[in-house]
Amino acid sequence: MKQVGASRSHDSARAHVTGSATYVDDLWPTLAGTVHLWPVTVPHAHARVLGLDTAAALASPGVLTVLSSGDVTGINDVGPARRDEPLFPSEVCFHGQPVAWVVAESELEARNAAPLVQVQVEPLPAILSIEDALAAQSFHTPVERIARGDVEAALAQAELRLEGQLHIGGQEHFYLETQAALAALDDSDGIFVHSSTQHPAETQEIVARVLGLPRHDVVVQCSRMGGAFGGKEVQANAWAALAALAAKKLRRPARVRLTRQQDLRFTGKRHPFLARFRVGFTRGGKLQALDVELFSDGGWSLDLSAPVLFRAMFHVDNCYGVEHLRVTGQVCRTHHVSHTAFRGFGGPQGMLVIEEILDRVARTLEVPPHLIRESNFYLKGGRAHYGQEIKDADRITRIWSELQKSSQFSARWREVERFNRHSRDEKRGLAITPVKFGISFTTAFFNQAGALVLLYRDGSVQVNHGGTEMGQGLHTKIAQIAADALGVNIDAIRVMPTRTDKVPNTSATAASASADLNGAAVVSACNTLQRRLAAIAAEHFRIGPESVVFDSGHVYPAGHPARAVPFADIVDQAYLARVPLFASGYYRTPNISFDRATGRGKPFHYYAYGAAVSEVSVSGFTGQYELRRVDILHDVGDSLSPLIDRGQVEGGFIQGLGWLTTEELAWGPDGALLTAGASTYKLPTLGECPPEFRVALLSRAAEPGVVFGSKAVGEPPLMLAISAREALRAAIAAFGPSGHIVELATPATPEAVFWAIEAARQKRLRQLQATAAQ
Amino acid sequence: MAAAVFELNGQTVSVDDVDPHCTLLEWLRASGLTGSKEGCAEGECGACAVAFLGRDEQGRPRYEPVNSCLVSLPEVHGRSIVTVEGVSLPGGALHPVQEAMVRAGGSQCGYCTPGFVMSLFCEYYRPDRDGYDPEAISGNLCRCTGYRPIADVARGMGTPAANDPCLIPLGKGPRELPPLEYAARCSRGGTPHPEGRRFFRPTSTAELARILWENPGAVLLGGGTDLMVSANQRHTRHAVLVSVGAIAELCSWNVSETEITIGAALPLSQLERLVEHFPWGTELGAVRQLLRLFSSRLIRNRATLGGNLATASPIGDAAPVLLALGAELTLQTGGGQRRVPLAEFFHGYRQTALAPGEWIASVHLRRPLPRIQRFYKVSKRVLDDISTVAAAFALELGPDGSVERLGAAYGGIAATPLRAGTLERLALGKPWRSEATLQLLLDAVRGIGTPLSDQRGSAAYRGAMVEKLLERFHAETNAQLAEAAE
Repeated sequence: MKQVGASRSHDSARAHVTGSATYVDDLWPTLAGTVHLWPVTVPHAHARVLGLDTAAALASPGVLTVLSSGDVTGINDVGPARRDEPLFPSEVCFHGQPVAWVVAESELEARNAAPLVQVQVEPLPAILSIEDALAAQSFHTPVERIARGDVEAALAQAELRLEGQLHIGGQEHFYLETQAALAALDDSDGIFVHSSTQHPAETQEIVARVLGLPRHDVVVQCSRMGGAFGGKEVQANAWAALAALAAKKLRRPARVRLTRQQDLRFTGKRHPFLARFRVGFTRGGKLQALDVELFSDGGWSLDLSAPVLFRAMFHVDNCYGVEHLRVTGQVCRTHHVSHTAFRGFGGPQGMLVIEEILDRVARTLEVPPHLIRESNFYLKGGRAHYGQEIKDADRITRIWSELQKSSQFSARWREVERFNRHSRDEKRGLAITPVKFGISFTTAFFNQAGALVLLYRDGSVQVNHGGTEMGQGLHTKIAQIAADALGVNIDAIRVMPTRTDKVPNTSATAASASADLNGAAVVSACNTLQRRLAAIAAEHFRIGPESVVFDSGHVYPAGHPARAVPFADIVDQAYLARVPLFASGYYRTPNISFDRATGRGKPFHYYAYGAAVSEVSVSGFTGQYELRRVDILHDVGDSLSPLIDRGQVEGGFIQGLGWLTTEELAWGPDGALLTAGASTYKLPTLGECPPEFRVALLSRAAEPGVVFGSKAVGEPPLMLAISAREALRAAIAAFGPSGHIVELATPATPEAVFWAIEAARQKRLRQLQATAAQ
Repeated sequence: MAAAVFELNGQTVSVDDVDPHCTLLEWLRASGLTGSKEGCAEGECGACAVAFLGRDEQGRPRYEPVNSCLVSLPEVHGRSIVTVEGVSLPGGALHPVQEAMVRAGGSQCGYCTPGFVMSLFCEYYRPDRDGYDPEAISGNLCRCTGYRPIADVARGMGTPAANDPCLIPLGKGPRELPPLEYAARCSRGGTPHPEGRRFFRPTSTAELARILWENPGAVLLGGGTDLMVSANQRHTRHAVLVSVGAIAELCSWNVSETEITIGAALPLSQLERLVEHFPWGTELGAVRQLLRLFSSRLIRNRATLGGNLATASPIGDAAPVLLALGAELTLQTGGGQRRVPLAEFFHGYRQTALAPGEWIASVHLRRPLPRIQRFYKVSKRVLDDISTVAAAFALELGPDGSVERLGAAYGGIAATPLRAGTLERLALGKPWRSEATLQLLLDAVRGIGTPLSDQRGSAAYRGAMVEKLLERFHAETNAQLAEAAE
C-alpha cells in the first residue's frame, strides 16, 4: 500500500494525547542536579550599562552564580546574520532586555535573587516606532529596490491615480511552548544541548561560538517543538548558549525556560510594516503603474530582517501582473525586540499591500472588488517584477473559478447585498482573495538538505534528516516518503529526533520547504539502499535487478507477488553479503538564483497557490464582528499527507486571521510591551473559528520536480486570511456611501472596525446633507 | 504535618512543607508528571488543565476541568484529581477522547493537547450531556490547528461504556473537603519567611472568623483565578492565605419569595448550572448571558462571585450585571453581619467597603427582578477575554410602555464598576420605545465615567461604547417589544 498520499495522523499523536510526548522543559525533573537560570532585566528601552553589583544576589539562598559577560569563554555574541547581538550587553537596546542571569538550585531561588542584582544604567534616548526611525534615519539596511518599466511615466499617464499608506501591525508567535534549552556536559567535556530550535545546526554554531569550542564539541538535539512558526528559527540560540555556559561553568545540567511573560518581552515578532503607495489604473480597473515603499521595524538587531523584507518585496505583486512596478524597502532600526521570522516571512505584509490597494481601486470605481482582482491576474507567460516566469498562471484562474462555484459566491453576494439593504445596525461582507507564494529560501545556499538512513538486520529503519518537527507533521511526511521509497510498511520506519551529530550543517526548518528538501534527501538515501538491496534480491530470485519489486515490506520479481520474501530477509542477506546498510542522501534545489544588485532572477523553485472566500457580519454599535463562513481551495500539489496538509491550511488560516484581527501588540511610551501575557494578547479561540469552515485541496495538481509531485504548505495558507480582512472592509463599506474608501487599521480589532464604520457613517451623513442642501 | 493529602490518578499522595504559592502545576511537573503543560501561567490557555472530582447542582458527581496553574497546592487537600497521565485505560489503551483526537488530526505540535484532552475528558462524562457544547473547550488555546478538528471531536463524542473504569470514581463521588491548617517552613526552594507561610482552609465561618481574628492581614483565597495569577506573574507573596472554598455556608444558595441568595464562594459554573436548571433562573437573564461570556469554563469552575467582587477590578464582568439588578451583599465578621448595596461597595480602584477581618458572605437579588435584561461585553474576542467595556441593563415597563424601573451599569469606564444612577432616575416614567427618550438618555449618559486608554482600547472608544451599548439595548428591546406586540 502506498503511504504517500494517505491520510495519516501525526506521528506523535498518541504521545501528544497521553502527555508522554516530551518537550525540552519536561526533561529536567529526571535529571539530578539541574540548575536553573533567571534573567536580570533593565526597565529601559535604551540605556548604557555602567555596572553590575551581584553581591546581594550571590548571598541569596540557593544562588550558585550570576552569569555576566566575564563568564563568556568564546565570543559574547549570538547574532545570526551580523555580530550585533551581545548575549550580555553593555548597552540595553530594548525594554526589559536581560543583562545578566542568576543561576540557582531552583527556579524560585533564582527568581528571588534576580531583583537583588544592582544594575547601574544611564538611560539614553530611544527610537520606538518606524516614524521615529525615519525621522532619525535609523536603519539596519540600505534601500533595496526591485523595479520594472517606467513607473513615474506610467503613473503620470494613468487614467486614474490613488495614493495612500498602510500600517501593518506585528504578531507574536505565541508558540504554546515557550523558548527552552537544557544543557549538560558529556563525558568528554563536550556539551549536549536539548533545544527547542528550528535550526539545530545554527544553535550548535552559536553555542560553540559563545563557549569558544569547535563545533564537534557541541551536539544539539531537537526532539520536537511545541510550536515555533519562525520564532525559533534564529531566536532559540541565545537560551541554548546561556544553558551551555552555565552547564560548563558549574559542571551541572542547566536549564533555561522563558516564562510566557519573558518570552513575550524578550523575543521578536512578525515585523510591523509601513507601506506608502501610489497606483495608476484604467477606468476599467487595470493597474498600470505601482510604486510601493516598504519600511519594516527590524527592532534592535538585524536578525532575519533583510530576507524578510525581500520576501515582502517579492510578494507585493501577489497574483497580479503590473507592467510598471517599483518596490523599495528598508529595515528600520528601533529599540524594540528584534523582529524575526514568522510564518510567511514578509510575504503576508507584501501581499496585504496590494490587496489593500485593489480594494481601494474597486471602491473608487464602484465595481465589486473580486472583479477588479480577477481583471488584474497574471496571464500565462507573465513574469513577476523580478523577472521570474509565472509558469502556471492559469492555476490562479482555475482555483478562482472552482472556488467561486463551490462556495456559491454569486448567490451569496446577492444575498449579502440584500441583507445590507435591510439592516441598519448590522452589515455583512463577502470577499474572495487569492494567494501566490514563492517556494525556496531566497538565500540560495540554504536550499540544500541531507539525510542518513539506517537499515537494521530485522528490516527496521531509522531515518535521520535535517528537518525539525514543530507540529507541522514533517516527520509524518518523511516516514511516508521513506516507506514508499524503500517499499516497506510505515511501521518499519522510525524518524529519529533531529541531532547535529547525524546530519551536519543543516538548514533551518523554514520557508515551508522542509518536506521538499529533506524529503528529497531521504528519497536519495533510500534509493541508494534500495539499489544495493535490489542487487541482492536479484541474485536471490535469479532475475535482473531492474525486475525486483519492493512493496510494503515484501520483495518479489515483477509480476510474481506470490514469490515474495520479507524485506527483512533481503536486508539480512545483504548484511551477510557484506553490503553497507546505511546511506546518506543529499538534495539541492536546482536552478534558483537572484541578483540583489539588479533585482532580477529566479528566486523560487515554484509557486504555491490558493484562494479563500470569507463572509463576516459586523455590529455597527461596537465594531465587533463574526466570521460566518470560510471556503478555501488550496494547492498543495499532490498531497503527501492530506490530513496533515488540511491541518496546515486550517491552522494557517486561523493564525493569519489572528494577525489581521484580534492580535494587537501594544507598546507603552517607555517602550515596554503592554501586551505581555495571554490575558492581554489575544489569539483566536474556538470562538473565532468560523462555524462553517470548508477546506478543499486542489485536485490534479502534481508539481513536477518536487518530491512525489507535492507542494509546500506551511506558510502559504496564512495569507488566505486576507479574505477575512477584505470581507470586514466590505461590511464596513456598506455602512457608508458608494465609492467610499475604507481605511482600516491592522489588526482590525473591534475598535479599529468601529472607527472605520464611524468614518463611513460620517461620510454618508455628509453626502445626505449635501444632497439635502441642493 | 503534611500540607496536603490527596488522590492523584487513583493513588494517595502526600505533600509536605510546601509554600502555598506553589501551584498544583508546578508540583506536578517537578514531580515528573510533565504531561500537564504551562502555556501562560494565568489561566488563559488551558494547557495545564486537570480534572477535579466534584458535584453538580443536583449533587451528582462530575469531573470538572480546572487550570492547575491557578490552584494553590494545599487546596487539593482531600480532593481526587485526574491528570492526563491518568486518562488512558488499563493496559495503555487510549481513552475514547484521546482516540478521537488522534484520528481527527486534533494535535499538531501537541503542547496544548493534554489540556484539550482533559477538557474533553470531563465533557465526556458530563451528566445529561446532549450534544455539542463549545463552552467545553472555550478555555483551551491552540496555536496550530485552528480548532476545527478539536471541535469535531467535541461534536462527535459518544457515551461512556457501562464498564468504563473512569465511571468508578464518579460512582463514589468526592469526599467532603477536610479542614487544613499548616505553616510551611519552605526549607526547600520556597521563599523563606520568619514564621513560615501559613495556609488555612476552614470549613465553617466560625473557624474563618477565628483565623482572621488571630491573623490580621490574612488574605482570602477564593477560586484563585486572580490571586494566583498575581502570584505567578508578579511573584506576589502573602504571609497568610485563607481558603474559603471548603466553607459550605459560603458555597450555598437559597431562593425565597422575596429574594435570591447566592453564596460568595459558590463556583460560577455551579451558579451557571443553577440558573439553567431551576425555574427561577429565568428571572436572571443577564446573569445567564454574563456567565456564558465570563472568561472560560476552566476559570468558572473555580472563580466565585465573592472573589470577582472583592478584587474590585474596574471591569470585573459580574459587577455591572449585579449593579443593574440592584444586588446587595451580606458582609460578615465573627461579630455579626451587615447588608450593603453593591452600589456602595466599591470605594475606589481596587478598594471596597470590606473592613479588616470581614468577608463577603453572599449576594442577594430582590424579587421580582426587571423582566428585560441584557448584558453586553465589548472585547477583542468572543470567548475567554476580559472586557474593554461591559454594560448591563435591566428594564421593567408598565402596561403603557413607560419605564417603571431601569437598572444600568458599566464596567471598564472608571476606577470602579459604575452604576449609571442619573440614567436610572431620568428614565422613570418615560415612554421607553420613543426615540426622544433614547436621545434624552444618551445625553444623560454621555461623558460619564473616566475612561482610560490602555492595551484593551482607547478612552475614546470606551466613551463611545457607553452610548452605543445603550443605543443597542434600546434598539434590541424595541425590536423585541415590536415582535411581542405582533
